[in-house]
Amino acid sequence: MSGTTSTGKVMTAEDVAATLRDGMTVGIGGWGSRRKPMALVRAVLRAGVRDLTVVSCGGPDVGLLCAAGLVRRVVAPFVTLDSVPLEPHFRAARQSGAVAFTEYDEGMFLFGLLAAAHRLPFLPTRAGLGSDVLRVNPELRTVRSPYGEGEELVAVPALSLDVALVHVDRADPRGNGRYLGPDPYLDDLYAKAAARCYLSCERLVPPGEPAGPPQTLLISRMHIAGVVEAPGGGHFTDCSPDRGRDEAFQRHYARAAAAGGEEWAAFAARFLGGDEAVYQEEVRRWHEERARPVKEGV
Amino acid sequence: MTATRAEVCVAACAEAWRGDGEVLAAAMGVCSVLGARLARMTFAPDLLTTDGGALLTAAPIPYGAPPGPVEGWLPFRDHLWLVLNGRRHVMMGASQIDRHGNTNISAIGPWARPRSQLLGSRGAPGNTICCPTSYWIPRHSTRVFVPEVDMASGVGTDRAAALGPRAARFHDLRRVVTDLAVLDLGGPGGTMRLLSVHPGVTVDEVVAATGFPLAIGPGGVPETPEPGEEELRLIRDVLDPGGAREAEVPG
Repeated sequence: MSGTTSTGKVMTAEDVAATLRDGMTVGIGGWGSRRKPMALVRAVLRAGVRDLTVVSCGGPDVGLLCAAGLVRRVVAPFVTLDSVPLEPHFRAARQSGAVAFTEYDEGMFLFGLLAAAHRLPFLPTRAGLGSDVLRVNPELRTVRSPYGEGEELVAVPALSLDVALVHVDRADPRGNGRYLGPDPYLDDLYAKAAARCYLSCERLVPPGEPAGPPQTLLISRMHIAGVVEAPGGGHFTDCSPDRGRDEAFQRHYARAAAAGGEEWAAFAARFLGGDEAVYQEEVRRWHEERARPVKEGV
Repeated sequence: MTATRAEVCVAACAEAWRGDGEVLAAAMGVCSVLGARLARMTFAPDLLTTDGGALLTAAPIPYGAPPGPVEGWLPFRDHLWLVLNGRRHVMMGASQIDRHGNTNISAIGPWARPRSQLLGSRGAPGNTICCPTSYWIPRHSTRVFVPEVDMASGVGTDRAAALGPRAARFHDLRRVVTDLAVLDLGGPGGTMRLLSVHPGVTVDEVVAATGFPLAIGPGGVPETPEPGEEELRLIRDVLDPGGAREAEVPG
């Protein structure tokens, strides 16, 4: 037996962030405010790497990275917090012209990842034809079908990634990842489209444990460079069935992000100023403070 | 029983799926979601509906309720494949819509540096060019019904025509339901036409809330039918006992 030792590919979020370089293209799994690798994103914020191209079905991952000034370009079909429709930091970044935007249709985005995952230069699709997605992405080309009547289709270029960050419910030290929620999103495609993919998980388990339907084994170790155990690592996004979205905290985030200025600075200082343990502890305290009955004046 | 405006809207949204057969009724917005489920419970029993997520429910469920028994699985990636496959009729929202049914959910103002960044194009380009598409717009106003959209996320009839009959053969804009009226793209040259006004709304009000000329059919503009007793019972007691529809379309 060679290769995987008992610790296998286990590393810390800081280790992952330290592998990023300025100017890299980074794919981030999940969808909107659902199963985002937030602990890894928070580590990237602390590492302060710059000029990133972020490829994502965007949520607070995109917002936080934009707010920290680490992003040169966003490649996405949308950026949303789902229960809060618009992402305040992404809006601010776009409206101030701080980030460039490659705006794709969702189906185009899927095909871009599929192309990269299969080492194809592009995949053809009807999605995008006739829309302004072609106007705002003048580098996009169409192809003519060599069959039939020679239909013209959009040639979606491969969305090849330097690094991908993905969060799942369970993983083993070798890098196999299991999802327990209702939707795999596009997470395995990010892993396959990337030169290196790092996986964080709610809980690290021995290979094959706990037993579950084999089709929930979404991520294969052949595509994974490192594994991080990060309980609550998807917070505040939806990580069902273990943890639903922390809606109260997401509203708190969205309010502070929309307010900007001192209010955002206070949020960032409290929650993002320390490491992941500090973050989790401050979130716990924040909920405790809210639960405490407000004392009325005498 | 007198239907509220929201309940008229739910029934008008439901009508969008009449005759569609065994396809996915994909819906966005409260009245649209309720309309899809109402259609399935009444005149369109073959429709497929979701829990709002990846699950196709065995029966239509109340708004915001857990899925209950499930008959199918449609995670986002398969949903996107289904767009290309075509067995789907989506009713989307729009922040702007123009006379030819081009829609914008992306950004207001110049795209390069927008005044207001919205969602992004999401699935609108693919939806409109690949499968039947309707719209549910809870606030009919000149802010939404504009002469020209700032960014065409969803493809309208003029752009589809410009692509030619081959490329646009699956383009199929059906109806536009708002809090005031029901419209379609059946006017001259694929322009928007007023089909009916909701009870209590005048044609003049709709015209004033629309930022471009509306075509009007030769027979004039009838009133949007109100839901019947059984439909009202289903909306109130079964599908939306919490009254989410009334928050979307107040009184």
